[in-house]
Amino acid sequence: MALFYAFIAIIRRDLLLAVRRRSEIANPLLFFILVITLFPLGIGAQPHLLQAIAPGIIWVSALLAAMLSLDSLFRSDFDDGSLEQILLSPYPASVLVLAKIIAHWLVTGLPLLIVAPLLAVLLGMPTQSIGVLLLTLLLGTPVLSLIGAIGVSLTVGLRRGGMILSLLVLPLYVPVLIFAGNAVEMAGSGLPVDAQINILISILCLSVVLAPWPTAAALKMSVN
Amino acid sequence: MFLIPNAVVRFFHRMASPPHFYAFTDKVMPWLIIIFVLLTGFGLYGGLYLAPADYQQGDSYRIIYIHVPSAWMSLFIYMVMAISGAIGLVWRIKLAEIVAISSAPIGASFTFIALFTGSLWGKPMWGTWWVWDARLTSELILLFLYLGVIGLYGAIDDKRVASKAVAILALVGVVNIPIIHYSVEWWNTLHQGPTVTKIDKPSIHVSMLFPLLLMALSFKFYYLIALIQRIRIELLQRERNAQWVKAKVLELR
Repeated sequence: MALFYAFIAIIRRDLLLAVRRRSEIANPLLFFILVITLFPLGIGAQPHLLQAIAPGIIWVSALLAAMLSLDSLFRSDFDDGSLEQILLSPYPASVLVLAKIIAHWLVTGLPLLIVAPLLAVLLGMPTQSIGVLLLTLLLGTPVLSLIGAIGVSLTVGLRRGGMILSLLVLPLYVPVLIFAGNAVEMAGSGLPVDAQINILISILCLSVVLAPWPTAAALKMSVN
Repeated sequence: MFLIPNAVVRFFHRMASPPHFYAFTDKVMPWLIIIFVLLTGFGLYGGLYLAPADYQQGDSYRIIYIHVPSAWMSLFIYMVMAISGAIGLVWRIKLAEIVAISSAPIGASFTFIALFTGSLWGKPMWGTWWVWDARLTSELILLFLYLGVIGLYGAIDDKRVASKAVAILALVGVVNIPIIHYSVEWWNTLHQGPTVTKIDKPSIHVSMLFPLLLMALSFKFYYLIALIQRIRIELLQRERNAQWVKAKVLELR
Protein backbone atom coordinates (compact mmCIF):
# COMPACT_ATOMS: atom_id res chain seq x y z
CA MET A 1 0.00 0.00 0.00
CA ALA A 2 2.84 2.36 0.88
CA LEU A 3 4.28 1.72 -2.57
CA PHE A 4 0.99 2.70 -4.12
CA TYR A 5 0.99 5.98 -2.19
CA ALA A 6 4.54 6.70 -3.29
CA PHE A 7 3.51 5.95 -6.87
CA ILE A 8 0.57 8.34 -6.68
CA ALA A 9 2.64 10.96 -4.87
CA ILE A 10 5.20 11.04 -7.68
CA ILE A 11 2.53 11.36 -10.35
CA ARG A 12 0.88 14.18 -8.41
CA ARG A 13 4.16 15.97 -7.86
CA ASP A 14 5.16 15.80 -11.52
CA LEU A 15 1.73 16.95 -12.70
CA LEU A 16 1.87 19.84 -10.24
CA LEU A 17 5.32 20.82 -11.47
CA ALA A 18 4.06 20.69 -15.05
CA VAL A 19 1.11 22.93 -14.24
CA ARG A 20 3.44 25.44 -12.64
CA ARG A 21 5.70 25.41 -15.70
CA ARG A 22 3.20 25.40 -18.51
CA SER A 23 5.75 25.69 -21.30
CA GLU A 24 6.51 22.03 -20.75
CA ILE A 25 3.02 21.15 -21.93
CA ALA A 26 2.89 23.75 -24.68
CA ASN A 27 6.27 23.17 -26.34
CA PRO A 28 5.86 19.62 -27.68
CA LEU A 29 2.32 20.45 -28.73
CA LEU A 30 3.35 23.56 -30.65
CA PHE A 31 6.18 21.62 -32.22
CA PHE A 32 3.74 18.91 -33.30
CA ILE A 33 1.40 21.43 -34.92
CA LEU A 34 4.23 23.38 -36.55
CA VAL A 35 5.87 20.34 -38.13
CA ILE A 36 2.54 19.23 -39.57
CA THR A 37 1.87 22.68 -41.05
CA LEU A 38 5.33 22.58 -42.66
CA PHE A 39 4.43 19.55 -44.79
CA PRO A 40 1.74 21.16 -46.96
CA LEU A 41 4.05 24.15 -47.42
CA GLY A 42 6.99 21.98 -48.42
CA ILE A 43 5.26 19.36 -50.53
CA GLY A 44 2.62 21.56 -52.10
CA ALA A 45 -1.01 21.63 -51.21
CA GLN A 46 -2.51 19.04 -53.56
CA PRO A 47 -5.33 17.52 -51.47
CA HIS A 48 -4.83 14.03 -52.93
CA LEU A 49 -1.16 13.86 -52.05
CA LEU A 50 -1.72 15.21 -48.54
CA GLN A 51 -4.55 12.82 -47.90
CA ALA A 52 -2.38 9.89 -48.95
CA ILE A 53 0.53 10.76 -46.67
CA ALA A 54 -1.45 12.22 -43.75
CA PRO A 55 -1.11 9.16 -41.45
CA GLY A 56 2.63 9.12 -41.98
CA ILE A 57 2.98 12.86 -41.43
CA ILE A 58 0.98 12.83 -38.21
CA TRP A 59 2.81 9.83 -36.82
CA VAL A 60 6.30 11.02 -37.73
CA SER A 61 5.52 14.42 -36.20
CA ALA A 62 4.20 12.74 -33.05
CA LEU A 63 7.39 10.70 -32.89
CA LEU A 64 9.60 13.77 -33.17
CA ALA A 65 7.50 15.71 -30.65
CA ALA A 66 7.72 12.80 -28.20
CA MET A 67 11.47 12.62 -28.69
CA LEU A 68 12.00 16.35 -28.14
CA SER A 69 9.92 16.29 -24.97
CA LEU A 70 11.97 13.45 -23.48
CA ASP A 71 14.67 15.70 -22.12
CA SER A 72 12.27 17.16 -19.55
CA LEU A 73 11.56 13.67 -18.16
CA PHE A 74 14.54 13.46 -15.81
CA ARG A 75 16.54 16.63 -16.51
CA SER A 76 15.31 18.94 -13.74
CA ASP A 77 15.18 16.11 -11.20
CA PHE A 78 18.72 15.17 -12.12
CA ASP A 79 19.92 18.75 -11.76
CA ASP A 80 18.34 19.46 -8.37
CA GLY A 81 19.06 16.05 -6.85
CA SER A 82 15.49 14.81 -6.42
CA LEU A 83 16.30 11.96 -8.77
CA GLU A 84 18.83 10.68 -6.25
CA GLN A 85 16.20 10.91 -3.53
CA ILE A 86 13.80 8.86 -5.65
CA LEU A 87 16.44 6.21 -6.29
CA LEU A 88 17.49 6.10 -2.63
CA SER A 89 13.93 5.60 -1.39
CA PRO A 90 13.06 2.15 0.01
CA TYR A 91 10.64 1.45 -2.85
CA PRO A 92 11.68 -0.33 -6.07
CA ALA A 93 13.09 2.28 -8.40
CA SER A 94 11.45 0.77 -11.47
CA VAL A 95 7.94 1.37 -10.07
CA LEU A 96 8.70 4.98 -9.18
CA VAL A 97 10.24 5.49 -12.60
CA LEU A 98 7.05 4.14 -14.15
CA ALA A 99 5.12 6.78 -12.19
CA LYS A 100 7.36 9.49 -13.61
CA ILE A 101 6.87 8.15 -17.13
CA ILE A 102 3.09 8.08 -16.71
CA ALA A 103 3.07 11.66 -15.48
CA HIS A 104 5.29 12.64 -18.38
CA TRP A 105 2.95 10.99 -20.86
CA LEU A 106 -0.06 12.75 -19.34
CA VAL A 107 1.73 16.06 -19.82
CA THR A 108 3.30 15.59 -23.25
CA GLY A 109 1.56 12.66 -24.93
CA LEU A 110 -2.08 13.20 -24.11
CA PRO A 111 -2.26 16.76 -25.53
CA LEU A 112 -1.13 15.36 -28.89
CA LEU A 113 -4.21 13.14 -28.88
CA ILE A 114 -6.45 16.13 -28.34
CA VAL A 115 -5.16 18.17 -31.28
CA ALA A 116 -4.59 15.21 -33.62
CA PRO A 117 -8.21 15.02 -34.94
CA LEU A 118 -8.08 18.70 -35.84
CA LEU A 119 -4.84 18.26 -37.76
CA ALA A 120 -6.20 15.12 -39.44
CA VAL A 121 -9.13 17.15 -40.73
CA LEU A 122 -6.78 19.87 -41.92
CA LEU A 123 -4.84 17.31 -43.93
CA GLY A 124 -8.09 15.94 -45.38
CA MET A 125 -7.99 12.50 -43.83
CA PRO A 126 -11.15 10.39 -44.37
CA THR A 127 -13.41 10.46 -41.32
CA GLN A 128 -13.40 6.70 -40.76
CA SER A 129 -9.66 6.68 -40.22
CA ILE A 130 -9.60 9.50 -37.65
CA GLY A 131 -10.94 7.18 -34.97
CA VAL A 132 -8.26 4.63 -35.76
CA LEU A 133 -5.64 7.40 -35.74
CA LEU A 134 -6.72 8.38 -32.22
CA LEU A 135 -6.67 4.76 -31.09
CA THR A 136 -3.16 4.22 -32.45
CA LEU A 137 -1.99 7.44 -30.81
CA LEU A 138 -3.56 6.38 -27.53
CA LEU A 139 -1.76 3.03 -27.68
CA GLY A 140 1.43 4.24 -29.32
CA THR A 141 2.44 7.45 -27.55
CA PRO A 142 2.80 5.75 -24.11
CA VAL A 143 5.19 3.32 -25.79
CA LEU A 144 7.17 6.27 -27.12
CA SER A 145 7.45 7.67 -23.59
CA LEU A 146 8.39 4.29 -22.12
CA ILE A 147 11.06 3.48 -24.70
CA GLY A 148 12.29 7.05 -24.73
CA ALA A 149 12.75 6.88 -20.96
CA ILE A 150 15.39 4.19 -21.47
CA GLY A 151 17.30 6.38 -23.90
CA VAL A 152 17.04 9.51 -21.79
CA SER A 153 18.09 7.69 -18.62
CA LEU A 154 21.26 6.56 -20.40
CA THR A 155 22.13 10.10 -21.49
CA VAL A 156 20.82 12.25 -18.63
CA GLY A 157 24.28 12.54 -17.08
CA LEU A 158 25.83 13.80 -20.31
CA ARG A 159 26.25 17.46 -21.13
CA ARG A 160 25.85 16.95 -24.88
CA GLY A 161 23.26 14.19 -24.79
CA GLY A 162 20.72 15.68 -27.22
CA MET A 163 22.10 14.39 -30.51
CA ILE A 164 22.99 10.98 -29.16
CA LEU A 165 19.49 10.59 -27.71
CA SER A 166 17.89 10.68 -31.14
CA LEU A 167 20.33 8.05 -32.37
CA LEU A 168 19.45 5.78 -29.45
CA VAL A 169 15.70 6.24 -29.42
CA LEU A 170 14.52 6.59 -33.02
CA PRO A 171 15.53 3.08 -34.21
CA LEU A 172 13.61 1.67 -31.25
CA TYR A 173 10.53 3.67 -32.26
CA VAL A 174 10.36 2.02 -35.67
CA PRO A 175 7.94 -0.87 -34.87
CA VAL A 176 5.39 1.50 -33.34
CA LEU A 177 5.63 3.78 -36.35
CA ILE A 178 5.18 0.91 -38.80
CA PHE A 179 2.15 -0.65 -37.16
CA ALA A 180 0.43 2.60 -36.27
CA GLY A 181 0.99 4.19 -39.67
CA ASN A 182 -0.14 1.03 -41.38
CA ALA A 183 -3.30 0.75 -39.28
CA VAL A 184 -4.37 4.30 -40.12
CA GLU A 185 -3.65 3.75 -43.80
CA MET A 186 -5.65 0.51 -43.89
CA ALA A 187 -8.55 2.16 -42.10
CA GLY A 188 -8.53 4.87 -44.75
CA SER A 189 -9.16 2.28 -47.44
CA GLY A 190 -11.84 0.58 -45.36
CA LEU A 191 -9.91 -2.57 -44.42
CA PRO A 192 -9.98 -4.19 -40.95
CA VAL A 193 -7.19 -3.10 -38.62
CA ASP A 194 -7.61 -5.57 -35.74
CA ALA A 195 -4.23 -7.19 -36.30
CA GLN A 196 -2.28 -3.93 -36.13
CA ILE A 197 -4.22 -2.74 -33.09
CA ASN A 198 -3.63 -6.05 -31.31
CA ILE A 199 0.08 -5.84 -32.01
CA LEU A 200 0.18 -2.25 -30.73
CA ILE A 201 -1.59 -3.37 -27.56
CA SER A 202 0.92 -6.15 -27.05
CA ILE A 203 3.84 -3.77 -27.65
CA LEU A 204 2.32 -1.43 -25.06
CA CYS A 205 1.89 -4.25 -22.51
CA LEU A 206 5.44 -5.48 -23.07
CA SER A 207 6.97 -2.05 -22.75
CA VAL A 208 4.99 -1.18 -19.61
CA VAL A 209 6.37 -4.33 -18.00
CA LEU A 210 9.89 -4.31 -19.41
CA ALA A 211 10.93 -0.70 -20.02
CA PRO A 212 10.97 0.68 -16.42
CA TRP A 213 13.48 -1.97 -15.47
CA PRO A 214 16.42 -0.95 -17.72
CA THR A 215 15.42 2.68 -17.16
CA ALA A 216 15.92 2.32 -13.41
CA ALA A 217 19.20 0.46 -13.93
CA ALA A 218 20.47 3.12 -16.31
CA LEU A 219 19.41 5.94 -13.96
CA LYS A 220 21.33 4.37 -11.09
CA MET A 221 24.32 4.19 -13.37
CA SER A 222 23.93 7.80 -14.54
CA VAL A 223 23.53 9.19 -11.04
CA ASN A 224 26.71 7.89 -9.44
CA MET B 1 28.61 -25.51 -12.80
CA PHE B 2 28.65 -29.25 -12.03
CA LEU B 3 28.20 -30.15 -15.66
CA ILE B 4 31.19 -28.17 -16.88
CA PRO B 5 34.60 -29.85 -16.51
CA ASN B 6 36.88 -28.16 -14.04
CA ALA B 7 39.58 -27.46 -16.61
CA VAL B 8 37.15 -25.47 -18.73
CA VAL B 9 36.04 -23.39 -15.76
CA ARG B 10 39.66 -22.68 -14.87
CA PHE B 11 40.37 -21.70 -18.48
CA PHE B 12 37.59 -19.13 -18.47
CA HIS B 13 38.62 -17.76 -15.09
CA ARG B 14 42.15 -17.22 -16.36
CA MET B 15 40.92 -15.65 -19.60
CA ALA B 16 39.01 -13.09 -17.57
CA SER B 17 42.28 -11.72 -16.24
CA PRO B 18 43.87 -9.23 -18.66
CA PRO B 19 47.55 -10.33 -18.52
CA HIS B 20 46.62 -13.95 -19.14
CA PHE B 21 44.36 -13.02 -21.99
CA TYR B 22 47.08 -10.88 -23.51
CA ALA B 23 49.69 -13.62 -23.33
CA PHE B 24 47.29 -16.30 -24.59
CA THR B 25 46.15 -14.29 -27.62
CA ASP B 26 49.80 -13.62 -28.46
CA LYS B 27 50.24 -17.33 -28.97
CA VAL B 28 46.92 -18.02 -30.72
CA MET B 29 46.92 -15.11 -33.15
CA PRO B 30 49.24 -16.55 -35.86
CA TRP B 31 47.14 -19.73 -36.03
CA LEU B 32 43.93 -17.77 -36.36
CA ILE B 33 45.42 -15.74 -39.20
CA ILE B 34 46.61 -18.89 -41.00
CA ILE B 35 43.17 -20.51 -40.73
CA PHE B 36 41.50 -17.31 -41.90
CA VAL B 37 43.74 -16.94 -44.94
CA LEU B 38 43.25 -20.60 -45.92
CA LEU B 39 39.47 -20.45 -45.54
CA THR B 40 39.21 -17.19 -47.46
CA GLY B 41 41.49 -18.49 -50.19
CA PHE B 42 39.55 -21.70 -50.71
CA GLY B 43 36.21 -19.96 -50.33
CA LEU B 44 36.97 -17.28 -52.89
CA TYR B 45 38.55 -19.77 -55.31
CA GLY B 46 35.51 -22.03 -55.01
CA GLY B 47 33.05 -19.18 -55.25
CA LEU B 48 34.59 -17.02 -57.93
CA TYR B 49 36.24 -19.69 -60.11
CA LEU B 50 34.92 -23.21 -59.53
CA ALA B 51 31.23 -22.50 -59.01
CA PRO B 52 29.24 -22.26 -62.26
CA ALA B 53 27.55 -19.06 -63.35
CA ASP B 54 23.88 -18.73 -62.49
CA TYR B 55 21.57 -19.43 -65.44
CA GLN B 56 19.50 -16.31 -64.79
CA GLN B 57 21.84 -13.86 -63.12
CA GLY B 58 25.10 -14.78 -64.82
CA ASP B 59 28.20 -13.92 -62.88
CA SER B 60 26.74 -11.10 -60.82
CA TYR B 61 25.26 -13.55 -58.32
CA ARG B 62 28.81 -14.14 -57.07
CA ILE B 63 28.51 -11.14 -54.77
CA ILE B 64 26.64 -13.42 -52.36
CA TYR B 65 30.01 -14.80 -51.25
CA ILE B 66 30.61 -11.47 -49.56
CA HIS B 67 27.06 -10.26 -49.09
CA VAL B 68 25.40 -13.22 -47.36
CA PRO B 69 28.21 -13.97 -44.87
CA SER B 70 28.38 -10.31 -43.84
CA ALA B 71 24.62 -10.19 -43.35
CA TRP B 72 24.86 -13.28 -41.15
CA MET B 73 27.77 -11.76 -39.24
CA SER B 74 25.87 -8.52 -38.65
CA LEU B 75 23.19 -10.42 -36.68
CA PHE B 76 25.64 -12.83 -35.04
CA ILE B 77 27.87 -10.03 -33.76
CA TYR B 78 24.89 -8.16 -32.35
CA MET B 79 23.95 -11.23 -30.34
CA VAL B 80 27.55 -11.65 -29.15
CA MET B 81 27.58 -8.00 -28.14
CA ALA B 82 24.32 -8.24 -26.21
CA ILE B 83 25.18 -11.52 -24.47
CA SER B 84 28.66 -10.43 -23.42
CA GLY B 85 27.18 -7.10 -22.33
CA ALA B 86 24.72 -8.99 -20.13
CA ILE B 87 27.54 -11.11 -18.70
CA GLY B 88 29.46 -7.93 -17.95
CA LEU B 89 26.43 -6.38 -16.24
CA VAL B 90 25.60 -9.40 -14.11
CA TRP B 91 29.03 -10.77 -13.14
CA ARG B 92 31.02 -7.53 -13.54
CA ILE B 93 33.61 -9.27 -15.72
CA LYS B 94 35.76 -6.55 -17.23
CA LEU B 95 36.69 -8.60 -20.27
CA ALA B 96 33.04 -9.27 -21.16
CA GLU B 97 32.38 -5.51 -21.17
CA ILE B 98 35.34 -5.02 -23.47
CA VAL B 99 34.16 -7.80 -25.79
CA ALA B 100 30.78 -6.08 -26.04
CA ILE B 101 32.10 -2.66 -26.97
CA SER B 102 34.87 -3.98 -29.21
CA SER B 103 32.31 -5.96 -31.21
CA ALA B 104 30.24 -2.90 -32.08
CA PRO B 105 32.47 -1.29 -34.76
CA ILE B 106 33.12 -4.69 -36.38
CA GLY B 107 29.41 -5.46 -36.45
CA ALA B 108 28.63 -2.03 -37.85
CA SER B 109 31.18 -2.58 -40.63
CA PHE B 110 29.69 -5.95 -41.54
CA THR B 111 26.22 -4.42 -41.58
CA PHE B 112 27.46 -1.66 -43.84
CA ILE B 113 29.18 -4.16 -46.15
CA ALA B 114 25.97 -6.21 -46.35
CA LEU B 115 23.95 -3.11 -47.26
CA PHE B 116 26.53 -1.82 -49.71
CA THR B 117 27.09 -5.09 -51.57
CA GLY B 118 23.33 -5.64 -51.58
CA SER B 119 22.70 -2.37 -53.33
CA LEU B 120 25.50 -3.05 -55.81
CA TRP B 121 23.74 -6.30 -56.67
CA GLY B 122 20.33 -4.66 -56.65
CA LYS B 123 21.18 -2.12 -59.34
CA PRO B 124 21.64 -4.61 -62.21
CA MET B 125 19.15 -7.19 -60.83
CA TRP B 126 16.26 -5.14 -59.52
CA GLY B 127 17.10 -2.00 -61.49
CA THR B 128 17.36 0.13 -58.36
CA TRP B 129 19.94 0.78 -55.65
CA TRP B 130 17.49 0.65 -52.81
CA VAL B 131 14.02 -0.75 -52.09
CA TRP B 132 12.10 -0.21 -48.86
CA ASP B 133 11.82 -3.92 -48.47
CA ALA B 134 11.69 -5.96 -45.27
CA ARG B 135 15.23 -7.22 -45.27
CA LEU B 136 16.83 -3.97 -46.33
CA THR B 137 14.99 -1.83 -43.85
CA SER B 138 15.63 -4.11 -40.89
CA GLU B 139 19.29 -4.27 -41.79
CA LEU B 140 19.43 -0.47 -41.97
CA ILE B 141 17.83 -0.24 -38.52
CA LEU B 142 20.43 -2.69 -37.27
CA LEU B 143 23.14 -0.35 -38.56
CA PHE B 144 21.55 2.49 -36.59
CA LEU B 145 21.45 0.34 -33.46
CA TYR B 146 25.17 -0.33 -33.84
CA LEU B 147 25.89 3.34 -34.41
CA GLY B 148 23.87 4.20 -31.31
CA VAL B 149 25.99 1.82 -29.26
CA ILE B 150 29.23 3.29 -30.64
CA GLY B 151 27.98 6.85 -30.18
CA LEU B 152 26.86 6.26 -26.60
CA TYR B 153 30.18 4.67 -25.68
CA GLY B 154 32.03 7.63 -27.16
CA ALA B 155 29.84 10.19 -25.39
CA ILE B 156 30.45 8.94 -21.84
CA ASP B 157 33.88 9.78 -20.48
CA ASP B 158 34.12 7.22 -17.69
CA LYS B 159 34.65 4.01 -19.64
CA ARG B 160 33.43 1.67 -16.88
CA VAL B 161 30.13 3.55 -16.79
CA ALA B 162 30.07 3.70 -20.58
CA SER B 163 30.41 -0.08 -20.84
CA LYS B 164 27.42 -0.56 -18.57
CA ALA B 165 25.35 1.94 -20.52
CA VAL B 166 26.25 0.22 -23.77
CA ALA B 167 25.31 -3.18 -22.34
CA ILE B 168 21.87 -1.90 -21.31
CA LEU B 169 21.32 -0.35 -24.73
CA ALA B 170 22.43 -3.50 -26.55
CA LEU B 171 20.05 -5.63 -24.47
CA VAL B 172 17.13 -3.30 -25.16
CA GLY B 173 18.01 -3.50 -28.85
CA VAL B 174 17.85 -7.29 -28.76
CA VAL B 175 14.19 -7.17 -27.74
CA ASN B 176 13.66 -4.95 -30.72
CA ILE B 177 15.41 -7.06 -33.34
CA PRO B 178 12.73 -9.72 -33.85
CA ILE B 179 10.03 -7.06 -33.61
CA ILE B 180 11.68 -5.03 -36.34
CA HIS B 181 12.26 -8.07 -38.46
CA TYR B 182 8.74 -9.47 -38.38
CA SER B 183 6.91 -6.17 -38.35
CA VAL B 184 8.70 -4.96 -41.41
CA GLU B 185 8.22 -8.25 -43.16
CA TRP B 186 4.55 -8.13 -42.38
CA TRP B 187 4.32 -4.52 -43.44
CA ASN B 188 5.96 -5.36 -46.71
CA THR B 189 3.65 -8.19 -47.66
CA LEU B 190 0.96 -5.57 -47.98
CA HIS B 191 2.77 -3.79 -50.77
CA GLN B 192 4.48 -6.81 -52.15
CA GLY B 193 6.72 -6.28 -55.13
CA PRO B 194 7.73 -9.04 -57.56
CA THR B 195 11.38 -8.69 -56.54
CA VAL B 196 11.09 -10.12 -53.06
CA THR B 197 10.06 -13.62 -54.05
CA LYS B 198 13.36 -14.07 -55.81
CA ILE B 199 15.40 -14.02 -52.62
CA ASP B 200 12.79 -15.96 -50.68
CA LYS B 201 13.53 -19.32 -52.32
CA PRO B 202 17.23 -19.57 -52.93
CA SER B 203 17.39 -23.14 -54.20
CA ILE B 204 21.12 -23.28 -54.29
CA HIS B 205 23.36 -25.96 -55.77
CA VAL B 206 26.05 -27.67 -53.65
CA SER B 207 28.88 -26.30 -55.81
CA MET B 208 27.64 -22.81 -54.97
CA LEU B 209 26.70 -23.56 -51.37
CA PHE B 210 29.99 -25.06 -50.24
CA PRO B 211 32.13 -21.97 -50.98
CA LEU B 212 29.44 -19.88 -49.30
CA LEU B 213 29.77 -21.89 -46.11
CA LEU B 214 33.56 -21.63 -46.30
CA MET B 215 33.26 -17.87 -46.62
CA ALA B 216 30.85 -17.73 -43.69
CA LEU B 217 33.39 -19.61 -41.57
CA SER B 218 36.23 -17.41 -42.75
CA PHE B 219 34.22 -14.30 -41.79
CA LYS B 220 33.80 -15.77 -38.31
CA PHE B 221 37.55 -16.09 -38.05
CA TYR B 222 38.04 -12.57 -39.35
CA TYR B 223 35.69 -11.35 -36.63
CA LEU B 224 37.68 -13.28 -34.01
CA ILE B 225 40.96 -11.79 -35.22
CA ALA B 226 39.61 -8.23 -35.39
CA LEU B 227 37.90 -8.65 -32.02
CA ILE B 228 41.05 -9.91 -30.31
CA GLN B 229 43.13 -7.06 -31.72
CA ARG B 230 40.57 -4.50 -30.54
CA ILE B 231 40.37 -6.12 -27.11
CA ARG B 232 44.15 -6.03 -26.75
CA ILE B 233 44.31 -2.33 -27.57
CA GLU B 234 41.40 -1.57 -25.25
CA LEU B 235 43.06 -3.60 -22.47
CA LEU B 236 46.34 -1.73 -22.85
CA GLN B 237 44.50 1.59 -22.71
CA ARG B 238 42.39 0.73 -19.70
CA GLU B 239 45.17 -0.96 -17.75
CA ARG B 240 47.89 1.51 -18.65
CA ASN B 241 48.82 1.94 -14.99
CA ALA B 242 49.03 -1.79 -14.30
CA GLN B 243 52.30 -3.57 -13.71
CA TRP B 244 51.93 -6.08 -16.54
CA VAL B 245 51.48 -3.36 -19.15
CA LYS B 246 54.63 -1.66 -17.89
CA ALA B 247 56.50 -4.96 -18.19
CA LYS B 248 55.16 -5.43 -21.75
CA VAL B 249 56.31 -1.96 -22.78
CA LEU B 250 59.79 -2.50 -21.32
CA GLU B 251 59.95 -5.84 -23.12
CA LEU B 252 59.24 -4.18 -26.48
CA ARG B 253 62.02 -1.65 -26.13
